[in-house]
Amino acid sequence: MSRKKAVITINYDWCKRCGICAAFCPTKVYDTDNSGKPIIKNLDACVVCRMCEKRCPDLAINVEEVK
Amino acid sequence: MLNDLKQYLREDKLKHILCSGCGHGTIMNALVHAIEKCQLDRDNTVIVSGIGCSSRIPGYLNFNTLHTTHGRALAFATGIKLADPQLKVIVITGDGDGSAIGGNHLIHACRRNIDITTIVFNNNIYGMTNGQYSPMTPVGSYASTAPYGNIDRSFDLCKLATGSGATFVARGTAYHVTMLTDLIVKGIANDGFSVVEAMSHCPTYYGRKNKLKSPVIMMEMLKKSALPLTAFEKLPAEKTEGKYAIGVLHHEPAPEYTKEYDRVIEIAQKGAN
Repeated sequence: MSRKKAVITINYDWCKRCGICAAFCPTKVYDTDNSGKPIIKNLDACVVCRMCEKRCPDLAINVEEVK
Repeated sequence: MLNDLKQYLREDKLKHILCSGCGHGTIMNALVHAIEKCQLDRDNTVIVSGIGCSSRIPGYLNFNTLHTTHGRALAFATGIKLADPQLKVIVITGDGDGSAIGGNHLIHACRRNIDITTIVFNNNIYGMTNGQYSPMTPVGSYASTAPYGNIDRSFDLCKLATGSGATFVARGTAYHVTMLTDLIVKGIANDGFSVVEAMSHCPTYYGRKNKLKSPVIMMEMLKKSALPLTAFEKLPAEKTEGKYAIGVLHHEPAPEYTKEYDRVIEIAQKGAN
């Protein structure tokens, strides 16, 4: 079974840099810069659990699974 | 996935006014997911709110929405449901709006068992008006009106709703989002009055007053304090301090109010004997 692959898009106009996506990602896909802005550091680690998408208070994250 | 849910959002009104990391945003996210799961028809769904941070949320949802006066969301919602019982009515309220200003409306809506789903966004404080303590602020917490610690005992809203006669009562948190979505789905599916208490966090006022420095720390608090009902029941009484049960806490079907009311109309239309 091959691992799931994802495309993550972050709407930086809506994002308020709270850091919840980075803090609770089980596979540490995100990193944050000095302002708290999330950056996708390790996309290959994403298992498409969508917890970042579901917990994002600003509805700014979209996770799509690619086949 | 979220892009599929954009039909339920008023994108021109976003981004929302809630503070960075506000738990209310996460609960709104869970609500949108729950609405998608229930496949609610946009034209036949009404979302009603009162006043407060939580009550701003219907403004971002692309349904028939009503932003009413403080504490009175349930009174307006009751009117809407009785005027057209086929509508799905969802009420969004906060801990202050729902348990203090609108406390009486809440218990009587529970008692009538009218088919409305109420989601109480509980952030333990009045966030919109600078952080006064609410009836849901825990004892010992700090607020702008409790600088030496709150001495008022807080409500257990779920027990209050159960005692008042609500037929579906559940509690979830902004951390346990998947569970919260499921609870809202079950609440919407229940034919009767449903209360879902969604534990939220207010980093701006509650967090700052109580030395919880970031939304992430506050979310970890939710994770630590919430226990599934079965685990909570096994806990010895002395260890339950600061903890609460999550999950479906009460579900007991009873006759629904609009159906009973229809019966009265039918009897009345036959004429008095």
